[in-house]
Formats: sequence, C-alpha cells, structure tokens
Amino acid sequence: MSLLSVQDLRTYFHTRNGVYRAVDGVSFDLDRGETLGIVGESGSGKSVTCYSLMGLIPQPPGRIESGKAIFDGIDLLNCTPAQARSIRGKRISMIFQDPMTSLNPYMRISDQLIEPLMIHEDITKEDALKRALEMLDAVGINDASSRIHYYPHEFSGGMRQRVMIAMALITKPELLIADEPTTALDVTVQAQILELIQKMQEEIGMGVIFITHDLGVVSGLCDRVQVMYAGRIAETSDTRTLFYKPKHPYTRALQKSIPSMQPKGAELYTIQGLPPDLSKPLPGCSFAPRCEFATDLCTAGSLPELKPVAEGHLQTCLRVQAGEL
Amino acid sequence: MPETILELKDLQTHFPITKGVLLRRTVGTVKAVDGVNLKVTQGEVLGLVGESGCGKSTLARTVMQLVPTTGGSVTLEGKNLTTSSGGEILDLRQDLQMVFQDPYASLNPRMTVFATLAEPLLVHKVCSSKDVAQHVADLMETVGLASRFMQKYPHEFSGGQRQRIAIARALALRPKVVLADEPVSALDVSIQAQILNLLAELVRKMGLSLIFIAHDLSVVKHISDRIAVMYLGKIVELGEAEAIIDNPLHPYTRALVSAIPTPNPDEERNRQRIVLPGDPPSPINPPSGCTFHPRCPYATDACKTTVPQLEDFQQREVSCIRKAEI
Ligand SMILES: Nc1ncnc2c1ncn2[C@@H]1O[C@H](COP(=O)(O)OP(=O)(O)OP(=O)(O)O)[C@@H](O)[C@H]1O
Ligand SMILES: Nc1ncnc2c1ncn2[C@@H]1O[C@H](COP(=O)(O)OP(=O)(O)OP(=O)(O)O)[C@@H](O)[C@H]1O
Ligand SMILES: [Mg+2]
Ligand SMILES: [Mg+2]
Repeated sequence: MSLLSVQDLRTYFHTRNGVYRAVDGVSFDLDRGETLGIVGESGSGKSVTCYSLMGLIPQPPGRIESGKAIFDGIDLLNCTPAQARSIRGKRISMIFQDPMTSLNPYMRISDQLIEPLMIHEDITKEDALKRALEMLDAVGINDASSRIHYYPHEFSGGMRQRVMIAMALITKPELLIADEPTTALDVTVQAQILELIQKMQEEIGMGVIFITHDLGVVSGLCDRVQVMYAGRIAETSDTRTLFYKPKHPYTRALQKSIPSMQPKGAELYTIQGLPPDLSKPLPGCSFAPRCEFATDLCTAGSLPELKPVAEGHLQTCLRVQAGEL
Repeated sequence: MPETILELKDLQTHFPITKGVLLRRTVGTVKAVDGVNLKVTQGEVLGLVGESGCGKSTLARTVMQLVPTTGGSVTLEGKNLTTSSGGEILDLRQDLQMVFQDPYASLNPRMTVFATLAEPLLVHKVCSSKDVAQHVADLMETVGLASRFMQKYPHEFSGGQRQRIAIARALALRPKVVLADEPVSALDVSIQAQILNLLAELVRKMGLSLIFIAHDLSVVKHISDRIAVMYLGKIVELGEAEAIIDNPLHPYTRALVSAIPTPNPDEERNRQRIVLPGDPPSPINPPSGCTFHPRCPYATDACKTTVPQLEDFQQREVSCIRKAEI
C-alpha cells in the first residue's frame, strides 16, 4: 500500500473576480522511501496541491471542492481535527517556498525549532534544544550554538531556508513535502541538503514530494516526476523516461527552455503566449493555445485525460495518444 | 572603452553582534562585506555568485544604501552615495533599482498590482494619471503578466508571478543600474527564460547595467558578461563569464562549478562532485590567512597565515597564493 494516495483533488479559490481552479483534478500515489518531483508552470498549482494536503488553504476564499488524500488509512482532507494534529507537523512535515512567511520574525530560531518537538514528543526542553542543535549542524549552519538564539532577520536568505529544513526534519517525518527547498541555496550547500534528505530517506523510509524548477535537481534526486500545467498533471513517469523520452509538448518545451542546453548569449527558447486564466476554463487542452502542435481538435474536444503511453508513463496530449507526435 | 557607471572601492559592511536585552553590548562583528572593489560599466551584466551567507545580498543592499556602509565608497556616475544626503539618495534611486530576493516580503500585501506599479510612475511623474493605466498594462505585458490581473493583490499570485511584479516595479522608472537579487530563482524555466531574454533586451536596448545575483550558475553564465565569485565577504575570482564557468581557477570556484546539477539523470547519478570538507565558516570569527583554507583541498601552511590578494592571472583576477601551482 502506498504511503500517500491523492485522488481527484480539486481546490478552487472563490474571489470577487471569479472562481480560480488552482488545482483541478490531481491524482497521484507515493510510496515509502520514494521521491516524487513536481515541476511545471509557475502558478500551475504545485504549492496549492501541497497546501491542500497540509490543511493550509485559506478558507475562504479557498475551498477543497473534492478529492481524497489517504495517508496511512486516514483521509487528510476529511479527518477530525485531532487526527490532523497528530499527523501534520509530526508524521508529515512541509518545507515552504518562502522561509520568511513561515518563520515567526519575533521568535528566536531556537524556540521555533523546538516547538514541534515540545508539542508532539514527551521531551524536556534541554533535550529538545540538543536535537535542534544537531539538526542545525546537519543542515550546515556553522556556529550553531550561538546562532540558534538569533532572530530570523539576522540570517541570510539561504540560512533561513536551512532553518526551515531543520525544522521540517527534526520530527523525523514519514512524509516530507518540500516546496522549492533549495532555490535559495548555493549549489554546494544544495548538494549537502539533498544528501541529508536522501540519508534520512534511507534511515527512516521517508517519502518525499519535491517541488522544484531546477530540472538538474530533479534528474539527480527524484524517482518519478510529475509535470503540472494549469491545475492538472500533464505528464508523469519515471525520471529517466521524462528526461530522455518526454511526450507531452509542454514537457518538451520546458526542457528546451533550459539555459545550459542553449548557446551562451543567444535568445533563449520560450513558450509563446501567457498562462491560461484559471477562472475561465477553455474547452479541450489548456496548453493548446500555446502549443506548436495544436490542431482544432485539441481545443474543441472535452478535457484530455491522463492516459498511458507506456507502463508507468502517462500523459494528456491527444495527438500523442493518437500516435501523431 | 564603455564608461564606468558604478564603482565600489574597498566597500565594507560590518554588522555589530550584540548581547543582552537591556544593556546591549557589542560582542563582535559580522563582516558581511569585507573590502570589495568592483567596477560595472554601462550596459554590462555582472553576475555575482557565491556561498549562501557570503554577503551577496548585503553587498546589493549596501550599494542601494539600505544598510549603512562601514567603510569604503559606492560611486554612481561620479557621485559618492556614501556621503550623499538622504534627499540626494532618493533622487539617485530613480537610476538605481533593486529586485529583492524575497518577493513576498518586498511587495505591500495591501496594494493591488496596479497600485504597486502606478505609485512610482506617478511619484516620479513618468506619466499623467490619465495614461497610468496604459503604462501599468504595458509594464505588466513586458514581464509576461496579463493586464487582467491588475486589480489583484500579491497573495492571489503564485511565487513566480509575484517575482514578475517585483521586476516590473524595478523597471518602471527605466533605471540605469538594476541590482537583481536572485530574480529568477522562483520561476519555472520557461518564464525564467522569458525574464532572462527580457533583461538581456533591456541591457541591449536601454544600455542598462545589471548586477545579477543567482545560485544557478548556468543561468549566470548565460546572461553575464563577467562573473564575480564571492566567499565570506570577499571576491575570490573575477573574470569573463565563460572562462570562470568553463575553466574555474580558484579552488572555491572549482568546487562550486563541480556541484552544478545537470538536467541529465544518467550523468547526474554518476558524477563526481568536489565535496568541500567542513561547514561554511562563520563570518564572525573568520579563519586566519585565506578564509577558504580550512576547506581547501590545496591548502598549505602558508595559506593559514598569508591573506591572499585579488591579482591578475590568466586574463582574470584570482585571490589564491597557490594559483600558479594548482
Ligand atoms: N489565496 C489565493 N487567492 C486566489 N488565488 C490564489 C490564492 N492562492 C493561490 N492562488 C492561485 O492559485 C494558482 C496556483 O498557485 P500555486 O501557488 O499553487 O502555484 P505554483 O505552481 O506553486 O507556482 P510557483 O512555481 O510560482 O510557486 C495561481 O494561479 C494563484 O494565482
Ligand atoms: N541585519 C543583520 N544583522 C546581523 N547580521 C546580518 C544582518 N544581515 C545579514 N547578516 C549576516 O551577514 C552575512 C551575509 O548575509 P547576506 O544576506 O548578505 O548573504 P547572501 O550571500 O545574500 O546569502 P544567500 O545566498 O543565502 O542569500 C550572513 O552571515 C548574515 O547572517
Ligand atoms: Mg509555489
Ligand atoms: Mg541573499
């Protein structure tokens, strides 16, 4: 049985300008010890998917319209507050995209780090502080014993990010949801953090959902990748297949945009057009207006479905499904 | 020779470390920026890279005069900002803009995109209130945001969309120098490519100078003319972008370049990284001699005592006493 099974998740925002379908029918499974990468368009619903699992959607304007997220037999989207409290922050932790909004600026790092331990474990403050120090060391914060008493603004962007990572890992979670955890870090520290995550994965069989824009990181870290566009999954497969045999036109376009794949100084390949208005769903494929392969059929038909092109490799493009691409 | 537009001379930004709540005593200093010399010419893109916490953001904030300089000078078109009055700095701000690392913190949550972008345009009288909506719409299109989002608030946008608003705001006044602190880190590769193309175009068309801070070295290499590599408040290597990335000379730059992840799973899983031993040192008690020596695979006893200087070497500048031997 998988560690987490998300089925047909739909999270909409009801604003005065309309209903934004931020996440519109997302399903995926994650096993223990597995790392799933989520990549895709900025604004495609990667963070909202994770916030939904963590119960962090501001309601209103947000609302989880439908779906299930089964974690160890419990539906995270329909469980009692007590069940939720015993899971979130202890068995499931999240590293947020933006450290400043999730660290309390008025609280010392030390107090913020030990908070989850004090809540979820029967532990003395002294022992909790010891664990906190070990964790700061592990994420590469030097001088941890004096810096642990700092306030967040006294850290650099990357150090705050590492504090967040330490906070998420300190409870040894079974599921880690990491939303762009290493974007603020230099590549050497990034490598160190990724190794730490992999080590904890081996030790405790932690499952990881890793959101990133860095396809280099995905290629080294993730077992499987899921590409999102406009609130839906456009393509999903094992990492090698996605990099070497991508099918969906959006995935291919994404790959073509990577600077290191193009000559220096040349104009970079970009996807023409703008992302779709999530409050006005178009008929057919939401990528079609920007797709160089789109035909009238792509915009006329019903919503394309994720269908297998090979074992474990699913994608939504109708033309790929018809064998035309 | 293009003319120098921005010059940093022996720039220092030290933060005092205080202890105690009532009686705050200074117990040390964080040398966040420690003696940086740098010239940026008109129309040049200078990439600034380095370890997290090495002082990149502080350097940018010091240039903007958002944190006090503790030594040295910042000169913009011949005017010394470090000795200018508050009023003069406000005027110079029009020419000098910054995109912050953290788009969440730098946008006012209570202002719509329209208000955020209209404000500088109206304050600096770039256009009349009659035309401002059109100007704002143009700015938004420039950074790839649909103008139908004009009346939305920051929290209604995704991370990447917010960063585009921040970039639009920095560009509103057509500045001469833009300091961009990790402007594309939060963007997907396609929008990242759009923003990089946009910045490159502004540099080409408007003669904008750009200091571009980023961790993604392939991005930095792509957009920059020159790259400066920082370690613990100092520049350790400076030279032409391709030379620095394709043939790094300073041991720290070598480690950095060896850790660049590549979008190629087979290569990525079998690669050899130069793993730096030990942790990044603390800027409070920096190591003696060359501050990189405790982690450097080439360090000798001399490195522990001699403070290396940035010197010309193989068409670039390198700060390493063993540069010719390693
Ligand atoms: N509180 C909110 N009110 C209205 N719309 C929202 C709100 N929060 C998010 N959205 C919308 O939901 C969509 C998905 O946002 P989300 O943050 O999940 O994107 P993302 O894929 O994480 O993007 P990025 O890569 O830029 O972080 C966006 O279009 C955003 O505008
Ligand atoms: N207001 C402050 N008070 C005390 N120390 C500070 C302050 N701001 C920054 N520092 C320290 O200065 C050093 C440099 O920080 P800075 O934010 O410039 O790093 P950076 O190179 O931008 O790192 P990153 O890549 O993580 O953003 C860090 O050690 C940080 O802790
Ligand atoms: Mg996000
Ligand atoms: Mg910074």
